[in-house]
Amino acid sequence: MSEQTEVVTQPEPAPEQRDRTVEQSSRWQQAMRDIVGGSAMISVLAVLLALIAGGILIAVTDARVQQTAGYFFARPGDMLAAIWNAVSKAYLALFRGSIYNFARDDVGSALTSLTDTLVFATPLIAAGLGVGLGFRAGLFNIGGRGQMIMAAAAAGWVGFSFNLPPVIHVIVAVAAGLIAGGIWGGIVGLLKAKTGAHEVIVTIMLNFVALYFLMYMLRTPGLLQAPGGNTPKTPPMEPTAIFPPLFPGHNVHWGFLTAIAATVYVWWLLNRSSMGFQFRAVGINPNAARTAGMSVSSVYIWTMTISGALCGLAGVNQVLGTVTSGFSSGIDAGIGFDAITVALLGRSRPWGIFAAGLLFGAFKAGGFTMQAAAQVPVDIVLVVQSLIVLFIAAPPLVRAIFRLPTPGTAPRRRVRASDRRAEKGAAA
Amino acid sequence: MRNSMRRFAIGGAAAIGTSVLVLTGCAAPPETDGNGNGNGETSNPDFIPCMVSDTGGFDDKSFNQLGYEGLTEAAQEIGATPNTVQSNAETDYASNISNLVDQGCNLIVTVGFLLAEATVAGAEANPDVEFTIIDDFADLNGDGKPDSDNIKPIVFDTAQAAFLAGYAAASYSKTGVVGTYGGIAIPPVTIFMDGFVQGVEYYNAQKGTSVRALGWDVAAQNGSFTGGFEAGIESKSLAQSLIDQNADVILPVGGPIFTSAVEAIRDSGKDIAMIGVDADLYETYPEGKDLFLTSILKGMKVGVHDVVIQASKGEFDSTPFVGTLDNDGVGIAPFHDFESKVDSKLADELDQVRKGIIDGSIEVTSPSSPKQ
Repeated sequence: MSEQTEVVTQPEPAPEQRDRTVEQSSRWQQAMRDIVGGSAMISVLAVLLALIAGGILIAVTDARVQQTAGYFFARPGDMLAAIWNAVSKAYLALFRGSIYNFARDDVGSALTSLTDTLVFATPLIAAGLGVGLGFRAGLFNIGGRGQMIMAAAAAGWVGFSFNLPPVIHVIVAVAAGLIAGGIWGGIVGLLKAKTGAHEVIVTIMLNFVALYFLMYMLRTPGLLQAPGGNTPKTPPMEPTAIFPPLFPGHNVHWGFLTAIAATVYVWWLLNRSSMGFQFRAVGINPNAARTAGMSVSSVYIWTMTISGALCGLAGVNQVLGTVTSGFSSGIDAGIGFDAITVALLGRSRPWGIFAAGLLFGAFKAGGFTMQAAAQVPVDIVLVVQSLIVLFIAAPPLVRAIFRLPTPGTAPRRRVRASDRRAEKGAAA
Repeated sequence: MRNSMRRFAIGGAAAIGTSVLVLTGCAAPPETDGNGNGNGETSNPDFIPCMVSDTGGFDDKSFNQLGYEGLTEAAQEIGATPNTVQSNAETDYASNISNLVDQGCNLIVTVGFLLAEATVAGAEANPDVEFTIIDDFADLNGDGKPDSDNIKPIVFDTAQAAFLAGYAAASYSKTGVVGTYGGIAIPPVTIFMDGFVQGVEYYNAQKGTSVRALGWDVAAQNGSFTGGFEAGIESKSLAQSLIDQNADVILPVGGPIFTSAVEAIRDSGKDIAMIGVDADLYETYPEGKDLFLTSILKGMKVGVHDVVIQASKGEFDSTPFVGTLDNDGVGIAPFHDFESKVDSKLADELDQVRKGIIDGSIEVTSPSSPKQ
């Protein structure tokens, strides 16, 4: 057991990392880096494992399977057929709801599923990029919810109360949302840089501040509450402020293009800009970065600001794209937290997060069909998502199941094998 | 070494799996698949009644659950298989509705006021599917009738029943303080609080007493809320603060939040009564039955049941169903264990008040009441 723990927290550095900058950072930072920076293979296999585990759960919770299990030995075929039925129906529904609905008559409406996936993926990608950017600078932004809420409130307010020409209205609303999210994230960076407050605590607390602030605004006429009603809900957005649809007849809207743009921006920021280089340097080792003359506190502030703005983009997409008929306090829909999963699955790489966001968008879109068509409890989809996180967070488990080599130990294994052979030879 | 551990783990799992099968899998198989429930005249197995919950889910011991029970019972009577889906977030409503339409649902019941926009949009896009929404008038454009001809609203003037409960609470209270709090300040919640507080005030006016009702200000439409429809520390501490202010009757409004109030009362060790909402919680929540003075009943189960039966016979119409004291769509539950503890004249007085509300001589006003 202790050996296993050892493997999780302190794997042997890969040969190219032998300069051992690692030793200066704490065990937890190391563990964190392992979790957020695992190999692509681990991500794929984690999804696969989670789908298998999900299949088992679907089978176990299926009423017909339970019924036929009662007489398994008398007629085993019944139960096996029931299992196959339940699982294949559920995953077929997932496919139908998320990619191509072959139950529809024409190709256009069959592809509605795919465009729905894009709709649900959009905020996940944006917020995932925000969280992932934080990871790269060594910051754990759990405040996606608060940043989304503040951005949604700002963008929503601009969206329903301003009277602007079509294109300008959208741009102003988006900008308001990004600024609000950026400020909400920036506060965290500022507090961490100036006072050393831990970002996890601060972001969690600011989530509550944002939530209750939104509730207050929704209850107060003149702020966000729809006039004439008594309900904590905003009026619908002005048509000029709504993201126009990308294709007629489909739900996917221009917000998806903002998610693509955000992905390109984060890729450029991290891989091509000197600011991103500083982010990464601080993420790998803040002490070394400081010694190299970088301002760690300004990196913290900027990372959290940009991370907050990206989560804000997710909130903007919710109010200007997904739910345009006015929103209430549940507008974040848990995306601030799902984004952590997306960032982990995407290994904090911009395009990885993009792909992970699409996958989770597909889970979400397909989840509705799984529920409606296959009567699978919607919780199963959540369990599958949670299992993905679990498997990603435990790379040694995935490696053990699929017999993958531990990074950095591949040569040692060969050595061990040859040692054994040598030993055998010596014994003989 | 890790290899052997893995083998051990897999072996163990296999052993457990096999033994479960051995232990459970020995029953005899059924001879044939007898498939035919549903009795005679009302039977219509081709009819598919469907339902979308709000974020509370069908196990909320409250209005989602009551609606669900109404649906499943009606489905059983007509021998139909209902299709029900739960929503996890407010972004889910539209997708859930469109997926049910894809499944060929004939009637889609949407539970809760928060689904109004999605229901109207779904009804307008699918004119040949019938929709029923609970707790909302589906009147977004404000012209006084549902926005689409294929929507039947099921609404309740709960303030009338809550008025009776407020009167009973004021009569029962020994400390002269009663209290209420809600989940979220939406009309289906605050309507209870409006009626409750007005009932207490009416009692004061009649008896010249000065029982105070905490937690809700009718004029300002402002009060204490937990911020959600989940049981938890928010609900418990609101109940706790009412107890600290000497309240001895508490009305928590909003799905399962009452369970935390039960905890708070048990912790305090004081003799405090509660008033339930939606269903008779004395029956549906036996763990706390000794605490319930009464419950404010909302006939959702019956309402949904009747609409489903009607629709299955092809008799769907879009006339709103408004539950009132008059048509027994709302009411209060019996006192059960409190029968001996309340004033002996209370039952008669409540009967008088009830009559007064029905004939209009006693006015119960709530901005959240359904406009008729």
